[in-house]
Amino acid sequence: MTNNKLQTIPKLIKLNVPIVDKEVAALKIGDEVLISGKIYTARDSAHKLFGNKPPFNPKGAILFYASPTPTPPGAIIGSIGPTTSTRMDSFTPNLLKMGIKITIGKGHRSPEVKAAIKKYKAVYMVVPGGVAAALSKYVKKSTIIAYPELGPEAVLELEVKDFPTIVAIDSKGNDLFEYGKKKYGT
Amino acid sequence: MREVLAEKISETVKALCIEANTSLSEDVLEAINHALAKEKSPTGRDILNQIIKNAQIARRDKLPLCQDTGLAVIFVELGQEVQIISRTLEAAVHEGVRQGYEAGYLRKSVTEDPIQRKNTGDNTPAILHVELVPGDKIKIGFLAKGGGAENCSAIRMFKPSSTKEEIEQFIIDTVEAAGPNACPPMIVGVGIGANFDGAALLAKKALCRKVGTHSSGFTPYQWEKELLEKINKLGIGPMGLGGTTTALAVNIEKRPCHISSLPVAVNIDCHSHRYKEATI
Repeated sequence: MTNNKLQTIPKLIKLNVPIVDKEVAALKIGDEVLISGKIYTARDSAHKLFGNKPPFNPKGAILFYASPTPTPPGAIIGSIGPTTSTRMDSFTPNLLKMGIKITIGKGHRSPEVKAAIKKYKAVYMVVPGGVAAALSKYVKKSTIIAYPELGPEAVLELEVKDFPTIVAIDSKGNDLFEYGKKKYGT
Repeated sequence: MREVLAEKISETVKALCIEANTSLSEDVLEAINHALAKEKSPTGRDILNQIIKNAQIARRDKLPLCQDTGLAVIFVELGQEVQIISRTLEAAVHEGVRQGYEAGYLRKSVTEDPIQRKNTGDNTPAILHVELVPGDKIKIGFLAKGGGAENCSAIRMFKPSSTKEEIEQFIIDTVEAAGPNACPPMIVGVGIGANFDGAALLAKKALCRKVGTHSSGFTPYQWEKELLEKINKLGIGPMGLGGTTTALAVNIEKRPCHISSLPVAVNIDCHSHRYKEATI
């Protein structure tokens, strides 16, 4: 549960892939984290196809719930931003068990996902929805690695540089949504 | 009769698809700037600043504001003195959406079948609402409706004896349940009256009213204002990370209804509210 005494000062942290488990476990809700390196995209249809074999090595991987707009000529990628994470909740505990350490999306996670985040010392991060033109500028390379038949829902390997995220659920199970709502609700 | 070529309608719809998806309306930008000046949470202010910066980049680079470029919802007010030449209005609208989503590099987010879920590949079919009006003009409204906020919408059939307070609680509860998933700060469209489908359509039309304007009908201006204040006290804040800006506007529309009914629909849109109009 969120503790109101948990008044940590949000930090700006740079996180490079491959990630160090200890660095992930030390992240706290509200921290702003700039991610550099390879991350993977997947949403509903791709999750259904994963089963126990995602098309990338899950150990220490970062999964971004997203599917971009088509790439305009001369660009690296179209607009890209998070989709609602809640829809992926039923798949997430199993993926964290397989070694995925960071999931990135928008919105709430279920109690089951929160428990799994705590158990596997993982972290859930959010990026704002509706700022996808700006976010596309942090993507340096984009490659389809699986399920091209899914069209916009294909799995992409993205090379990102200083991709800006906010820690929403940390490895202790603290939840920024609960904390923030309590702090500003009257 | 004034004759209008179907191709003219397709062209107009195509342009609206691209414009709405890449250029945030002034009324929405103004509301976000206004919210930024009042937002108490530093994270909230950071997100509002990102939204403003994103709008600038999208306009400059002609990039979609959001990767979810929506289901195309189109409102046509068709003058009764207009005759459409060469194909039907419906075919012309779908063709415009097809061309707009292709030429604008917009994401195609429509499934052929809701259960089998194969993508149609061209963002059609669009949702089309047609109203016959006097005159010889065609007014087209285009709303790119993202899935996240749409999924947070709700409808309830109240009893005629239900109180205004009960209705208000339902609206607030719907917003609270939506929370971060609807990409706040959101716009709340409320339809009260009509029937089951009528209330839902009213709520959607309410969303399309300019932010900061109030219904000229018998909707009490005061109620919209009060509801907005109450919603902004929930603490949900930008992207649900806590703050004092949860909604930018509450727009209520009402219609007469059956003596035994009181339908209330709440349709939610995200801050990336993409609605544009044109008249032929």
